[in-house]
Amino acid sequence: MSTTLKRVHGYLAEFDSVKDLYHAAEHVRDAGYKRWDTHTPFPVHGMDGAMGLSRSKLPWLVFFGGITGTTTAFLLEYITQAVIYRTIVQAKPATIMSLPAWFPVMFELTILFSAFTTLFGLLAIIGLPRWNHPLFTSKRFGKFSDDGLFVCIEARDPKFSQEGTKTFLEGIGAKNIELVEDDI
Amino acid sequence: MAATDTASAHAASSTPVVLEREPLVLNNRPFSWISNRICGIIENKQPFLWWILFVPSVILTGIMAFCFVYLISTGVGVWGQKQPVDWAWDITNFVFWIGIGHAGTLISAVLFLTRQKWRTSVNRAAEAMTLFAVMCAGLFPAFHVGRVWMVWFLAPIPNANAIWQNFKSPLLWDVFAVSTYFTVSVIFWYLGLVPDLATLRDRCKPGLKKALYGLFALGWRGANRHWSHYETAYMLLAALSTPLVLSVHSVVSFDFATSIVPGWHTTIFPPYFVAGAIFGGFAMVLTLMIPARAIYGLHDLITPKHIDNMAKIILLTGTIVGYAYSMEFFMAYYGANPFELQTFKLRALYGPSTFYYIMMFSCNVFAPQVFWFRKLRTHLPTVMVVCMCVNAGMWFERYVIIVTTLERHLVPGAWRVFHPTWVDVTTFVGTFGFFMMNFLLFLRFLPVIAIAEVKGVTPQADPHHGDSHDHGIQEDDVMGYEPASCTAPKGAAVTA
Repeated sequence: MSTTLKRVHGYLAEFDSVKDLYHAAEHVRDAGYKRWDTHTPFPVHGMDGAMGLSRSKLPWLVFFGGITGTTTAFLLEYITQAVIYRTIVQAKPATIMSLPAWFPVMFELTILFSAFTTLFGLLAIIGLPRWNHPLFTSKRFGKFSDDGLFVCIEARDPKFSQEGTKTFLEGIGAKNIELVEDDI
Repeated sequence: MAATDTASAHAASSTPVVLEREPLVLNNRPFSWISNRICGIIENKQPFLWWILFVPSVILTGIMAFCFVYLISTGVGVWGQKQPVDWAWDITNFVFWIGIGHAGTLISAVLFLTRQKWRTSVNRAAEAMTLFAVMCAGLFPAFHVGRVWMVWFLAPIPNANAIWQNFKSPLLWDVFAVSTYFTVSVIFWYLGLVPDLATLRDRCKPGLKKALYGLFALGWRGANRHWSHYETAYMLLAALSTPLVLSVHSVVSFDFATSIVPGWHTTIFPPYFVAGAIFGGFAMVLTLMIPARAIYGLHDLITPKHIDNMAKIILLTGTIVGYAYSMEFFMAYYGANPFELQTFKLRALYGPSTFYYIMMFSCNVFAPQVFWFRKLRTHLPTVMVVCMCVNAGMWFERYVIIVTTLERHLVPGAWRVFHPTWVDVTTFVGTFGFFMMNFLLFLRFLPVIAIAEVKGVTPQADPHHGDSHDHGIQEDDVMGYEPASCTAPKGAAVTA
């Protein structure tokens, strides 16, 4: 038999309806918590505002991804068509003057690079994929992907206290408040 | 009663009246019902009909594989094309399948950007269909090159002969367009699947299945800090896919339009091809979804409203296609180019393949006209018959464009009527098996309806559901016509 040390991850609290969860999120935001999140089976309309989140920076990444795509396609076409392998087809110039004919490929690579940046940029920003997470130790948490609506306030939040946070969650109408602990 | 009150109240304040919207999920189903019903398709034993469809599909896929092996070992001459008909069934099939592959991304992207929430019930299946259709499409040009093992020459990578591609060629544009389209469609489809894979993961007992679903769910835990970025990413992909989907079939049409062959050399081709692709794609979505809905009992999720909407799109795009056919003919006359006019006369009036033209016109232009009537738009047997007509009609359209043009080239001495060989026919039929096999496997292992998205359009998913009116979230998207009674969320400091 071995004893394992546990580390408190935070409180997981369940709410009955999207409306309750939405208003609870407003309360948690107004109480000044920073390390917390809501977990829902679908994105809740307006929840970013209720949680006080700012807009995603992802579009900027994608913008630069797209520019990289355009540049890559242009260089690929310019270098191959006008420098290292000049082919004259239908009496068209094998110089930069053929630029209009290069647009379709430049367009496609812009989209392709942007799409890859969207996917990998998203994963980088949200820190996925990861194999496990302390929340998955909770038995109830699996419901989040079905119909469970949760708020989780993490222990690393400066305002977190084992008593105070629990009382606070009870005060805003949370059900099934659970202290999630993780094996170290 | 309540509706009358609302109406008079609105009339007084001169605000347009908001009509009650049809619900997107019928019978007020709870979230768990949605998960159970959709995951149930995967978790329960497949109905006998699934096997009845699956076994022949696998056999047809085998036949297709055999045909390709025969082609590789014998030569591309086992297909029926001979000078001057160098492009025949193979390119017809390529354009046909690519066209079908357009509805998926259109439903996902364009309908997403235009806030058409009804798309949620059909977008997943349509996206999957896109991928499988593009896979079928890709086979034909790859084998048409003759030496399929040299097909990597299409990719711009250094090779021993120091040869580079000709980037001025629309055929190379096509390679880039189709491969980009496939890749972006996979990314879009997969990103949409991630939350649903998490649902499947959380429902599975520990084991291989759970591990696999878990692996592909990437550790998704529905956190709003994730949803926030996820929704941005989804919107970005939609915004990227919209011009992409329009570009792909435009580029396919450049294969023809940039040539100087009479009958191909027309500027109307890009929009005409795109409209045709959307048209054919929606017909295929309905062809697949109406039976799937009946087999798996998805009537509350794919409602008559969905079918009605798709029928309307088919009617609209079918009419655009009809306009394009007519305009093409008119321009042949008005352009006063005798070769162009003669090509069209031979196509439609007295050429060897007039039958195909008549089939094309009646299937694509006349058949969808029944959708002017609401009763017929929701009468499933009629919808199925029309969709079958459209599926066939779109194949005829590509055949008409490609083969009837080449059969009657500029010099009468080079005229030849095309006859398909048994390899042409079996390869094409085989791709249907390949397509169906993939689609059935998709039904078996992945959620056919986007679970998270459908939950998001139910009334109870609206955080203001029942606040001051009881219409639910669907009223929010009546652009600019929000009722005066609709209050802003309390304290919702929406940060920019």
